[in-house]
Amino acid sequence: MASSFPYLTVLVLVPAVGAAAVALVPSRRVASWFHEALGLAVTAVTLAVAAAVTVAFKAHDGGYQMVSSHVWATQLGIRWAVGIDGISLFLVLLTAVLFPLTMLGARARRDPRSFVGWMLLLEAACMGSFIALDLILFFLFFELTLVPAYFLIGGWGYARRGYAAIKFFVYTFAGSAFLLVGIVAVAFLHRSQTHVLTFYLPALVHTHVSGTEGVLLFLAFTAAFAVKAPLFPFHTWSPDAYSQAPTAGAVLLVAVLAKLGTYGIIRFDLNLFPQASRTLAPLLLTLAVVGIVYGALVACVQRDLKRLLAYSSLAQIGFIALGTFALNSQGLSGGVLQMVNHGLVVATLFILVGWIYERRRTWQVSSLRGLQSPAPVLAGVFTVAMLASIGVPGLNGFVGEFLILVGTFVAHRWWAVAATAGIIVAAVYLLWAYQQVFHGEPAEEDLGTTDLSTGERLVVAPLIVLIVLLGVFPKPVLDRITPSVDRLVIHVDTVTHTPVPAGLARTQVAAPAKRPSTGGVP
Amino acid sequence: MLHVTYLIILLPLVGVGVQLVAGRRLGDPVAGWIGTAFVGASFLVSVGVYLDLLTVHAPVRTFTQDLWTWIPVDRLQVRAALYVDPLAMTMVLFVTGISALIHLYSIGYMHGDRDFSKFFLYLNLFVASMLILVLGNNLVMTFVGWEGVGTCSYLLVAFWFTRDSAASAGKKAFVYNRIGDAGFLVAIFLAYATVHTTDYQVIFAHLSEIGSANITAICLLLLVGVMGKSAQIPLFPWLADAMEGPTPVSALIHAATMVTAGVYLLCRVNPLLHASPSAALTVAIIGAATAFVAATIACAQQDIKKVLAYSTVSQLGYMFLAIGSGAYTAAIFLMVAHAFFKGLLFLGSGSVIHGLHDEQDLKRMGNLRRYLPVTFLTFAVGWLCLAAVPPLSGFWAKGDVLDNTWAAHPALWVVGIVTAGLTAYYMSRLTALAFFGSDRWKAAVPVDAHHDEPGAHHAEGPVGEPHESPWVMTLPLWILAAFAAVAGVMAIPNGQFNLGRWVDPVFGANLYANHLSGTALWVLGVVDAVVAVTFVAVGFHLWSRTAERPPLEGTFLRRSWYVNELYDAVLGRPAQRLAAFCSDVVDSKVVDGAVNGVAGLVKGSGSLLRRTQTGYVRNYVLGIVLGTVFVVGFMLTRLWWA
Repeated sequence: MASSFPYLTVLVLVPAVGAAAVALVPSRRVASWFHEALGLAVTAVTLAVAAAVTVAFKAHDGGYQMVSSHVWATQLGIRWAVGIDGISLFLVLLTAVLFPLTMLGARARRDPRSFVGWMLLLEAACMGSFIALDLILFFLFFELTLVPAYFLIGGWGYARRGYAAIKFFVYTFAGSAFLLVGIVAVAFLHRSQTHVLTFYLPALVHTHVSGTEGVLLFLAFTAAFAVKAPLFPFHTWSPDAYSQAPTAGAVLLVAVLAKLGTYGIIRFDLNLFPQASRTLAPLLLTLAVVGIVYGALVACVQRDLKRLLAYSSLAQIGFIALGTFALNSQGLSGGVLQMVNHGLVVATLFILVGWIYERRRTWQVSSLRGLQSPAPVLAGVFTVAMLASIGVPGLNGFVGEFLILVGTFVAHRWWAVAATAGIIVAAVYLLWAYQQVFHGEPAEEDLGTTDLSTGERLVVAPLIVLIVLLGVFPKPVLDRITPSVDRLVIHVDTVTHTPVPAGLARTQVAAPAKRPSTGGVP
Repeated sequence: MLHVTYLIILLPLVGVGVQLVAGRRLGDPVAGWIGTAFVGASFLVSVGVYLDLLTVHAPVRTFTQDLWTWIPVDRLQVRAALYVDPLAMTMVLFVTGISALIHLYSIGYMHGDRDFSKFFLYLNLFVASMLILVLGNNLVMTFVGWEGVGTCSYLLVAFWFTRDSAASAGKKAFVYNRIGDAGFLVAIFLAYATVHTTDYQVIFAHLSEIGSANITAICLLLLVGVMGKSAQIPLFPWLADAMEGPTPVSALIHAATMVTAGVYLLCRVNPLLHASPSAALTVAIIGAATAFVAATIACAQQDIKKVLAYSTVSQLGYMFLAIGSGAYTAAIFLMVAHAFFKGLLFLGSGSVIHGLHDEQDLKRMGNLRRYLPVTFLTFAVGWLCLAAVPPLSGFWAKGDVLDNTWAAHPALWVVGIVTAGLTAYYMSRLTALAFFGSDRWKAAVPVDAHHDEPGAHHAEGPVGEPHESPWVMTLPLWILAAFAAVAGVMAIPNGQFNLGRWVDPVFGANLYANHLSGTALWVLGVVDAVVAVTFVAVGFHLWSRTAERPPLEGTFLRRSWYVNELYDAVLGRPAQRLAAFCSDVVDSKVVDGAVNGVAGLVKGSGSLLRRTQTGYVRNYVLGIVLGTVFVVGFMLTRLWWA
């Protein structure tokens, strides 16, 4: 399976090396724009590599592709193992697309060198997290994201940045502690059954986990992911962090880092603890639905645009979790797709809100009025992103939401009905915010708001194109997501002895027979 | 030309693209002409497709055009595909035709507007969405158009966004529609969960697998969607507010096309409704109730557009009454006739408003027939059509509905005929106030905050001499008046233009056969005519001389039965309080409080634990011993239980 060119390793190395280069070249030796240009170039190269990965990716293969696995620490059984499948492919691509756009659209207000350095390190860590197949490797990358994120919030954030950064760091770190314990426990469990110490995910999925063990381990893993995503009720760090972070930090926190949480649930919880995932699905579905309705309700009374977007994200992440724990093809495919959709839409919204702040020095809804008159293009782009977030068909949000809800309805009817009610409230708060900010008779200071510059238009143009494209023709994406999702669904169904749905039986990708008879090892 | 059916949708979409790229540069009026041209071309293609469809020889003429696979995940295979049959074709023809006329009218009406080209962008987008709704071959495609038209309605109602009332009305329209859309979505899920498809024809072929309880559920859920889109009880209040949009929008979206989408949808799913008599009865009751309630409200409105808006709600109620009685063809007939005469009335009112410099209050109009002769003549045709005076189209269409109701649900017929009287009355009141009486617009009436509705529209300053509109505005009036007058030919049995011969095969055996004798039909027809003429006379007599008759305009009716106040008290404010409670108490005190509490606990226990780090070995030994005892004890108990 080893590909001739180690695309995936390069994907991590390029931004990592870029970060090192930025750190090594001192500011006084070069022109002031040098570091930003270098950062942009590095992210552009990363995007090119990610594009190459997408092209090389074989559409109907649901397994891990381009796997490269090298022993790293023999005694500890840790490997540099990376691979990609339909579930991670588009998250990698999303990361690669958003970093250069964010660098262009949300530049640092001071000290661009450190800023670019942290950004590149963050990109490397995100990429690593999405492609790691070794649990320890994943954990390292997962934790590594915290460091640059912490410094970005603390260093370039707004008034209450210190509090927000600490809260973010401590909260997510506390969650990660459970994850580390869980990882080690799984590996030892596996060793007790096979006498091999490994953290390699494809090997660990065959570990036999008893009911109680499974539930405990599932909870340990999920603690970290639920905080990161964040899922209700582990979300209270996010409004502070998103609102105090600089625009770039907010965009990447919510569009990319949040996806590490939902991705982790799909990749690790479902693969390692299928039985517990099924047993606890009603709990997670309930948290998801509560998050959807609650997030939307709380968003309705926010007076700060960034906090409003933070709560709207809570609702959106709820949808992703909902689809995940439907534990069927439509729900999971929708969940994976929605991660990408939400990333694109919320990135657009945060970038726009950042630009509004640059012009007006405020996010308070009450201080803005009638911006559509002086800035029609800004208003138009905001409208498209808003409608995508609401889930209007023809734009990307609908496809994901629809798949999630269909999948959930088939599996757990009433949860889907409750979540559908949540989409009504989503329309209320976004349209309300839009009306307050863009409609109405502009006051004197509103009239001075300049419209988007050509450069700014070029930054959002790719995002808008993707939002429309994924809404009208999502087939190429779904064709790559679905085989991997089906494989996972079959894995879960096999372990939990659920009859495989008729639709899946024919697309047989996973080989349940491969499951070694480790279950009975004393 | 069947194979180019997709062009019907693509042409307005290209129009959107053109406006997006070059609209501002093209400007006023070129952008308008281009927008009109794309919709006109779409109409021409529709005619071609229609002529081709006539050559299909089959019991039911249909054609399916598969475009691309939209959402493929395992068994769920949603295709972007179009389905053409006589029902869809009827809709396509009148949607594109009337849209083209209203685009033309808008060139005049919107002349000089700051966002002239944007108006045509939205209008083109609306037409494309409406056509997707009509031509979709599965529930999800219909839903695309369904939400698409809702979105365009939002954009167009809030078109004059600097006005707060317009912005709020747009939001209100969207949210009410969203409530309905949630019902529609769940209906799709239920259909998929039972038969694993969303294609209409496949669903209809597997009715027995769905089960009667599920069929009823699907119908009722779709009905929720219909209540939102077609402004039926209880989701009707948004339509009156939507009159904040420019008048061509009111004519096109909130009278002729979008609001009739619910009628179309229920006709489309006629096999489901036929299989669920209880759902059909519910549709009929909702329709009758809405027709009556909206008609009473229309009797007391002062704003010319609001009268027409409630009249639209009321007429839509008739259409649902027909559908609930199984008379799908009658519903379509009334829908088409209504599209002509209500579109005409709205455009006419637009001409009046235009001529009076944005005055919308009926009490400040009067005697306009002397100043706006073309508008008056064409408006009079619409008035008598809506009042159902023979031999105009309204008489035949409404008569068809009422005959079928009489045969299916005689009790609802009574509601229908009472409403017919109210309809004739309020339309005569409107016409008398606007076009007869004295020149009230000359007197500068002070704005009476107590008497006025909230958000009433008045001309600014004294009104000058009213002026007739330019030809781009009057030509559509003439054309629509002609169609409204003669659309009754669709009722001539076995005639060239007979609607039944064309669309009946779509409904087949699901069509309710009213076995009324010829005598019964004559009697009912005479009753209709007598009621219409009597109440036209009553309304005209009461309002042609005076504009003030307070007993006839009770606050209860003026305030739309206080329904907005009711929803606000029962839903709006409690929801607001709940949201505030979630934000201020639950989120910051409970959830975040717990987090900060844990943090505090850790800090506190940290300082407590610090005291155990005494440095004395004996203390540590004690700890180790206690711990060992605990562990050994635990293991012994486990052994014991095992």
